[in-house]
This record gives sequence, C-alpha cells and structure tokens, in this order.
Amino acid sequence: MFQRLTTLKESPSQTAGPYIHIGATPNWVEITGVWDEDLGLVLVGPETKGERILVKGRIFDGSGHPIKDALVEIWQADADGLYNSPEEKRGKADPHFVGWGRQPTDGSTGEYRFETIKPGRVPYKDGRLMAPHITVWIVARGINIGLHTRLYFSDEAAANAECPVLARIEHKVRLATLIAARGEENGMPTYTFDIHLQGDKETVFFDI
Amino acid sequence: MQQKATPSEVSEPRQEQTMSLEGGYYQRDRSWHPAALTPQYKTSVLRSPQYPLLALDNTISEMTGPRFGHNQIGPLDNDLIRNFAKTGDAIGQRMIVYGRVLDENARPVPGALVEFWQANAGGRYRHKKETYLAAIDPNFGGCGRTITDEEGRYWFRTIKPGAYPWPNGVNDWRPAHIHFSLFGHAFAQRLITQMYFEGDPMIWQCPIVSTIADKAAIDQLTAVLDRNATLPMDALAYKFDIVLRGRRSTMFENRMEGN
Repeated sequence: MFQRLTTLKESPSQTAGPYIHIGATPNWVEITGVWDEDLGLVLVGPETKGERILVKGRIFDGSGHPIKDALVEIWQADADGLYNSPEEKRGKADPHFVGWGRQPTDGSTGEYRFETIKPGRVPYKDGRLMAPHITVWIVARGINIGLHTRLYFSDEAAANAECPVLARIEHKVRLATLIAARGEENGMPTYTFDIHLQGDKETVFFDI
Repeated sequence: MQQKATPSEVSEPRQEQTMSLEGGYYQRDRSWHPAALTPQYKTSVLRSPQYPLLALDNTISEMTGPRFGHNQIGPLDNDLIRNFAKTGDAIGQRMIVYGRVLDENARPVPGALVEFWQANAGGRYRHKKETYLAAIDPNFGGCGRTITDEEGRYWFRTIKPGAYPWPNGVNDWRPAHIHFSLFGHAFAQRLITQMYFEGDPMIWQCPIVSTIADKAAIDQLTAVLDRNATLPMDALAYKFDIVLRGRRSTMFENRMEGN
C-alpha cells in the first residue's frame, strides 16, 4: 500500500446558534459576574495612533430583514499598516491598538458598531499594496460556517482601484458590496458597511 | 471512529516541522464542512450566500490574528460549575472536558483562546429569548473560556448539558452539545463548532448535525468518554481534540523576483 499522509482534517464547523452571545459576550446578555468585561468591545484608547472612525452596519438575510442575533468580528492593521500579532514579521505594531474587535448585532435594530481607527495599507503577497481594509467575519444562527469578507473605504478610490484583491472580483458590479460609504455622526467619520447574505446586493465573501 | 482514533496520528508530527513556516494556510475542505445551504436546517435557507465564495490565497491580513494572554483569564473562567454559582454548585452530571488544539500538521496550537457555552442540565439556556420550559438553574451561567498551554492542551469543568427541543421541524431536538469557539494564531484559523457526546443516539436525528455530510466528520466532533481521566467520586471526563487549519511550509514558495 502507498504511504499515508499524516495530516489531520480541520474540525468541521457548526453553526454558532442563537446563543453565541452567551459564550462571546455574556455580559451583553445579562450573564454578569463570570468575567468583568467581554473581549473585543474596545479597540481604541487615548494613546492609539490614527484617525478615529465609527464602523457600523447591518446584516440582511435573503428576505431583506436585518439579522438580530449575529456576532461580528473585525481584524485590521494599525494606522501604519502593521498587525498587532506575533505573526506580524514586518515590524512592531502600535501597542495601543489591538486590531481585533467583537460586537453583537443589536437585538432590536440589528445594527453593529465598532469604534476603531482607519487602518494603513498592507502589502499583498507580491509586495504590491492592498487598499486599506478591515477583515470582517460574521457568525449567527443559520450560518453553518463563518463568513469572511472585507470592508474597504469609499474615500480610498485610488487605492481601491489598484488593490490586487479587489482586482480579483470578476463581476465589477459586485465591487460596490465591499465599499463602506463615508459619512459623519456627532463629528466622527463613519463608514456604513451593510452586509447582504443573498440577493442582487449579495456581499462578496471570501474562501481564504 | 471517534475522538480516540486520533492520538496515534497525533503522536507523529510531520517531518516538515523544522522547515520555515511562512506559507498560507491549507485550503479549507469545503466538502468536510457543512454547506451554506442546508434546507433541513431551515434558518440556513435565507442566510446562505448563493454566489460562490471568492478564493483568496492568504495575505498578511489572514495569516495574522489577535493573541490572548493568560492574564486575561480569571481562575474560575474554566469552571462552569462554580463561575456563576450563587448558592451552591450548578446542578447536573459533573464532568471534565479536556483535549488538545492541534493544527492539520498535527502540531499543538499553544496560546489558543478556547471559548465554550452550553445549556444547563435540563437543556435550557440562560437567555431572554429562550422559551423552553425546562427550569433555569440559578447557579449556572453556561459560559467559560481558557487558553491552551504550551502543548496545546485545554480543560474545563462543567455539567453535562441536556438535550432540548427547538423550533425547526414540529418536533426536532438537539443532542446534548457544547459550543466551542477557537482562535488559533491567524484569523484564517478562526473556527466555531460544537461538541457531541459518544453514544448519543440523538446525534443522528439532528438537522444541524446532518448539515455535515461526511459521517467521519461528525465523528470528529464527538467526544469520547475517558474513564482514566475521571475524578473518582466526583466527575466524568470526556476527551475532545480540536483541529485548526495547518500552514504550508515554504519549500518553494511562489514569489516574484526581489521579494
């Protein structure tokens, strides 16, 4: 018999279910006293470098209704394009910026919100710069395996036009699904990133 | 074949262990994972993307990830019997769940954040949207977390969750299960899954379990009773190993000149 590979199989995914918040953000669902503060709620402190922004949006199902029981996580570089991760080999990221955030979608409006900073540019595999972006990962009841997408910024048209990842999108009309529109709320720049799971505006999701 | 089938494989890490590890993560086997659209699990019908996913060989954005420190974890975070207790221990079959977090190369993943949540012994979650009539246990919150040690090991103490009915079919039940969330070393390794219990006949009647097409993949989510790890006169023990994605070694990485 031929030799066998000794690789294992990745554990298969299962849906996060309707009660993901019990595990991920227990204080938010009134399970208090187990730990003081849920992980991922705060990304930015007074010493964090970079432009403060608010990222917000909703996740719509195939009937057009916002999903109110989802969990959203983001992962992004700091203002200089460095990740606060031991796997980051290019330099040391801003120690005052973790780069990872986690928020539930609101139980009545379905909106999620992150106060963060605008990330710097990060190189693609071949050294070309990607446009500034935030990795977005969503899980919820009815989603069997977490969905991975990217938020790009509407005021980065030049960078977006040369981003090697955006260039891989064959149907250019779908590019718009990854571009968050800049606005303002109480003097803070906002970027609205609505995610559509199905339909004409279905968001581009990645198999990473 | 259940969880106990893995250690013989686990004991022989790949030879490439000494090579540099700069490549992207192995392609996800989407036939091993559940499909997005699984009509027997009704909620998936309106929540499943219909376009194909866009393949993206990992960039730095996917090959990095947040790392969590042991200092972020409290002493009772991995003890669901005590971490919400008000008047006494949580009610139910006491048990320890333990295992290792490995990657597909069978290497341990140290420093992985493992989070878990579950229903109480009667099958009820502590959540305002929960409508099942089983009683709330005032001493059970249902959440916990830990970080794997240098050998990728984790463990926690809890009570065995009950099975419960849920609104899908007229009379569908979930088998007893514990939800798991995992952070490895890269965002590409991010995973949420569920653990089932060896020998539970309800596993094979569950519309969520059956979103996984391959029986061997379901077996991979089925923890095995380990009599040797039980605490006499105290708690049962179940072993549950979890595998996150492995990373390519860069024997001949595809790079452009000058990079």
